[in-house]
Amino acid sequence: MTVSNEKEKVTNENIMILTGNHAAAHAFRQAKVGVISAYPITPQSPVVEKIAEFISEGKLKARFVKVESEHSALAVCCAASATGSRVGTATSAHGLEYMYEMLPWASGNRLPIIINLATRSLGAPWSVWTDHQDFITIRDVGWIQFICENNQEIYDTNLQAFKIAEDPRIFLPAIVAYDGYILSHTMMPVKLENQEEIDGFLPPLKHHINLSDISNVKGIDPVTTPNIIKRAEGTAPGYYEYRYALQKALENSINIIKEVHDEFFKKFGRSYGNGIYKTVDTNDANTIIFTMGSVASQARIAIKKLRTEGLKVGLVSLKLFRPYPAEDLREFFKDKENIIVFDRDIGYGYEGVLSYELKAALYGLKNRPNIKGFIVGLGGRDVKTEHIISGVHKALDAFKKGIFTNKTDFLGLNLEELKDYDESTYFKGG
Amino acid sequence: MVNVMDLPEEEYIYPGTRACAGCGMALIYRIALKALGSKTIVTVPASCLTVLHGMQGFCSTKISVYHTPFATTGASASGIRASLEDKGLDEEICVLAFAGDGGTTDIGIQALSGAAERGTNFIFACYDNEAYMNTGVQRSGSTPLGVRTTTTPEGKLGHKKNMPKILEAHGIPYVTTGISSYPLDLFEKFKKARDIFGTKYFHILSPCPPGWGYEPKDTILIGRLAVQTGFWPLYEVINGKFILSKPSSKYLDPSKRKPIEEYLSVQKRFKTLSAQEIEIYKTYINDMWQEIKKRIESQE
Amino acid sequence: MNESKKDYQKILGSVQKPVKGEAGKTGSWAKWIPVIDISKCIPAKSGKPSCFNCWLYCPEAVISRTIPPKIDLDYCKGCGICMEECPVKAISMEEVKYE
Repeated sequence: MTVSNEKEKVTNENIMILTGNHAAAHAFRQAKVGVISAYPITPQSPVVEKIAEFISEGKLKARFVKVESEHSALAVCCAASATGSRVGTATSAHGLEYMYEMLPWASGNRLPIIINLATRSLGAPWSVWTDHQDFITIRDVGWIQFICENNQEIYDTNLQAFKIAEDPRIFLPAIVAYDGYILSHTMMPVKLENQEEIDGFLPPLKHHINLSDISNVKGIDPVTTPNIIKRAEGTAPGYYEYRYALQKALENSINIIKEVHDEFFKKFGRSYGNGIYKTVDTNDANTIIFTMGSVASQARIAIKKLRTEGLKVGLVSLKLFRPYPAEDLREFFKDKENIIVFDRDIGYGYEGVLSYELKAALYGLKNRPNIKGFIVGLGGRDVKTEHIISGVHKALDAFKKGIFTNKTDFLGLNLEELKDYDESTYFKGG
Repeated sequence: MVNVMDLPEEEYIYPGTRACAGCGMALIYRIALKALGSKTIVTVPASCLTVLHGMQGFCSTKISVYHTPFATTGASASGIRASLEDKGLDEEICVLAFAGDGGTTDIGIQALSGAAERGTNFIFACYDNEAYMNTGVQRSGSTPLGVRTTTTPEGKLGHKKNMPKILEAHGIPYVTTGISSYPLDLFEKFKKARDIFGTKYFHILSPCPPGWGYEPKDTILIGRLAVQTGFWPLYEVINGKFILSKPSSKYLDPSKRKPIEEYLSVQKRFKTLSAQEIEIYKTYINDMWQEIKKRIESQE
Repeated sequence: MNESKKDYQKILGSVQKPVKGEAGKTGSWAKWIPVIDISKCIPAKSGKPSCFNCWLYCPEAVISRTIPPKIDLDYCKGCGICMEECPVKAISMEEVKYE
């Protein structure tokens, strides 16, 4: 299922026709990752298949530890990073959830590991198709979280992610997400940069921790008590100070993310908004669609149609999900009238995560925009342009009537076709 | 066999650790580090050894240690090894994973099995105190029959998991058993294992005064009884060849073995053992040695 | 040192450096302390490096492999293993009297 038979076509010197998965693999190759460890899962598998191919062809001098589970994959990555290597992996859905225990281990020890995530919905029931539930579920573990809209962006964001993660001012792990199948298995032209240029942009890792330097004896990640420990030999922070430092590093990473994005733009000529979010037709717009990943791609088309109706609609496509760029968003939205949020995820028991987080971020604005959220495309259900358009109409209508609610609104549901379905009678022949 | 003067005088553990008085594991770890030397990196999952290593800021060992979540010891060692290979330091530095019986036979078995199957070049040492001692003596897959723990107040059902056999089935070049009561035997084995390429597995019985219910002074004595009664045979399997270790060699003869009651009666954890369970132990030990005998004979 | 760094940039992963007595002077745990009778101790009597069972079996590394062996009572937890393992019964455990 995960094997793609496509042949990569080279259209000119540097532009290749690549799937999103292979764009990620090429970025790992050119970032000269030293240790990779992964476990197969759909739709991520072609990333690591490609990496295995690079290694066997001698195009990448890396150690690939082919582990027996994702939990072990990230455990290998953590230990290899703590030993001083540049490290990365790739996964999806259940694989990411299985890694969960190791995610705060990586951020807690400030290990600059990169995970590529081909997003996929979570079971039960089983599904291999995309939504962003896996991506949003790990939002509280202290990782930088990017999400991409096309394969070039996957390649570029990976290269930036290593530079950001390894920045000595922060040292944080980062995850680069892209929609399963929609990007992971779809071919697009991707410009690959020259190796020398990339080497100049991304120098070798200078890690803050390095077990391989055995002359410098150290213990890493011991039991850390609530309070500071003081003794004649020195003073060590308590757990609380470590957590403060992690949070501050995340908060301050936003500037570094912008800085690296700008540097990348100057060097390679490609940019993604301000590196935090991308905008389309927002200058004159009083109504903004707010979403991320594959839904944003669909919204780009919807805006054009909505504009033909005379509606001044624009799009903000979130690229950086964590740390949450609340200040940037507050600044951007302070003069806007209406925001319509499309979530390909749910904070179950509440509403779409993008929706409620944006509401919280805009709290305190003098003129708060109207906000309405919709749920779309869970489990790979097609997100169609007309869903976005109908959502915008529905929201503007509600705002006009003064209706504001946190109740979830699912677009693209098809309950009509199920009107005769009742699970309690399904097995008795109805 | 090595002599006490063959052991390096240098210590790799500073005195004043958090280990309990009379801890079998502390002695095992001390001897292992003496044998492996300073060019070693250790990885440790949640266990009593985590506690021995100390809290934030300051550790008790002169060898670098990487603490890793409970289930990941085998994977963590694989990561350190892969990074050393990436850096071209793999021939110089020995990687030692040191886990308790829970971290080995229960939650750690998957990562360990994966690392062994991949032929990862490292030593995995399980110090087996036969229950979750660090969390307050709950039963593990390595707890022997009839033992009272806080989760088996009536005594554990069934024998302990034969972990060395499971590792042997991975076809790794070196599997051995050990015990804190025979430190010279342990020293020799660690020294040997350091020079073997591939996965090396140690299963070391580690008497625990509070968990087993005896006076700290008796740690060595009780461990010796485990060997003398035949309950814990010391052996090596080197590339598939079974070799009975010297301290156990004479117990191939059943008449030389001390009665199992001598081992069981001096530990509070066996207090509720029934007469029937003691008989089961006798059969268990007898069968185990029959198998060893057959195996040795088949090699001749 | 590191003056230009912000406070949070100086705190990264939780790390340790080696120290003696990580748990403090663990000699204070002891209810009993070992005392060596030099007149019985094998290496002390013979003047030759031999036996050293007390050194070998000590889980705490608080006994020196010297003639005669010395015990670091600042850190000895008083387990009594050395007493048990001394082949000539040269070590006895004396009760610690706390005031």
